[in-house]
Amino acid sequence: MSNNGVVISESSASLPAGVTLPIYMDNHATTPMDPRVLDAMLPYFGKVFGNAASRNHVFGWEAEQAVEKAREQIAKLIGATAKEIIFTSGATESNNLALKGIAEMYRERGNHIVTQVTEHKAVLDTCKKLEKQGYRVTYLPVQADGLIDLEDLKRAIDDKTILVSIMYANNEIGVIQPIAEIGKLCHEKGVIFHTDAVQAVGKIPVDVQKDNIDVLSLSGHKIYGPKGVGALYVRRRNPRVQISEQINGGGHERGMRSGTLNVPGIVGLGAACEIAGQEMEAEAKREKELRDYMKAKFEKALDYVHVNGNMDHHLPGNLNMSFVYVEGESLLMGINDIAVSSGSACTSATLEPSYVLKALGLGDDVAHSSIRFGFGRFNTKAEVDYVSDKVINVVSKLRELSPLYEMVKEGIDLTKIEWAAH
Amino acid sequence: MAYSDKVVDHYNHPRNVGTLDKTAAEVGTGLVGAPECGDVMRLQIRVNPETNVIEDAKFKTFGCGSAIASSSLATEWVKGKTIDEALAISNTDIVKELALPPVKIHCSVLAEDAIRAAIGDWKKKNKVAETAAVAVAH
Repeated sequence: MSNNGVVISESSASLPAGVTLPIYMDNHATTPMDPRVLDAMLPYFGKVFGNAASRNHVFGWEAEQAVEKAREQIAKLIGATAKEIIFTSGATESNNLALKGIAEMYRERGNHIVTQVTEHKAVLDTCKKLEKQGYRVTYLPVQADGLIDLEDLKRAIDDKTILVSIMYANNEIGVIQPIAEIGKLCHEKGVIFHTDAVQAVGKIPVDVQKDNIDVLSLSGHKIYGPKGVGALYVRRRNPRVQISEQINGGGHERGMRSGTLNVPGIVGLGAACEIAGQEMEAEAKREKELRDYMKAKFEKALDYVHVNGNMDHHLPGNLNMSFVYVEGESLLMGINDIAVSSGSACTSATLEPSYVLKALGLGDDVAHSSIRFGFGRFNTKAEVDYVSDKVINVVSKLRELSPLYEMVKEGIDLTKIEWAAH
Repeated sequence: MAYSDKVVDHYNHPRNVGTLDKTAAEVGTGLVGAPECGDVMRLQIRVNPETNVIEDAKFKTFGCGSAIASSSLATEWVKGKTIDEALAISNTDIVKELALPPVKIHCSVLAEDAIRAAIGDWKKKNKVAETAAVAVAH
């Protein structure tokens, strides 16, 4: 997903009430920090500066206390216990630690890992690295709606399988996998189940017990907390999961992740989790209403638009739409006072569109025409109206410019044309 | 990425958007690119049979801002030029004029190809041999 950075300021006089530009609607990429989180963090940048590993004085004790409180707050949100939370620098590190740490620890038992093609690069690239080290990785395909087929998973697991890693909710298309069933299957087969739950935690109910999750990655900045801090949940019983440490030096975090703890960040992550736990239900309902409202507006005003991903198993704050016959980057250019992402990759050297959208079976042309809207805690109805009206306007304008749209309107079958591919 | 003012200007005010009658003898149509690549340009020219001067040009483009700007600029540049002068337009001229970043050079190549394809189509329709045109140019 990429964006172009042209900023054209518009006169605020003509803006509807409640709208200031630019509008942020890219909450899968990152979220603005909740002011309440910042308030919780501030003392730990100043007066309470101790090293949480300093066991012999009050400065260390205070820091440790704050860290343990955060551990409780995080554990509570996902149905875990505090001792099962390991702090990391973010979800990329959590995913690396989970996959590499489990692969290394259970090497004697087997060398096979199962994941899916629509995972985040933090999982896919880690799997590729493991393949180079002699591990075997099965990348499950997804169906047209973005869900994996449990039968595929069942077939993929063999007696050498040590780990299944399937993300909870997808960052591009918002599709929520049948996590509890996947976890159940893994437990029946005696395989460890890891999930990258970065987009799900704090947005929808996630419970490591009910969902049969053994290892879970989460991140602070996706839930209105700070960047540079994340956590890994590692199950302690039924089964007890062991992870081989990837960073050495002091044996912090039960020996799984050395390094002085980022106390202010951890405090922020804890506060973010507590707020999410309290407000998630109402907020999810609100975001879903905004999402459905925007979707209906697009479908009413424009032809050749469609939604990507199964809408029945979907994050409330995600809307991934294809505006066919319009290229995503040029659409972003026309709405450059709005932050969203495109499934097009015209800025990249390869010109390859989103691999997630392609995994759904979308043609490259449609993938190039897709936009991801990410609704968050601070988006308002007025913003949604402004954004949808502007998108409708720009799509209409670009379609006037689109030879493909003209051809389709004339009844020409675009698939019958011999394109001079570049 | 930040686009140059000229790209933004062409994007906001594309020149010569439209469609010419592709069945007309004096019209040449070039359709280049592919939807899978995220870029399709259609450039059309109307040539005066007496003078070989391109009297009108129209375009439609599916693609990023640079692709739209490149094709818009191409229509401006070919208008009023003879066929041979138009053939001399190169993608590097377009890159320079629009200050395209390296990853967008592709768009300028596409625009050059679109000009050539439109001229090629016109020549085919009017049975103008490639060699004859080159001979005129020399």
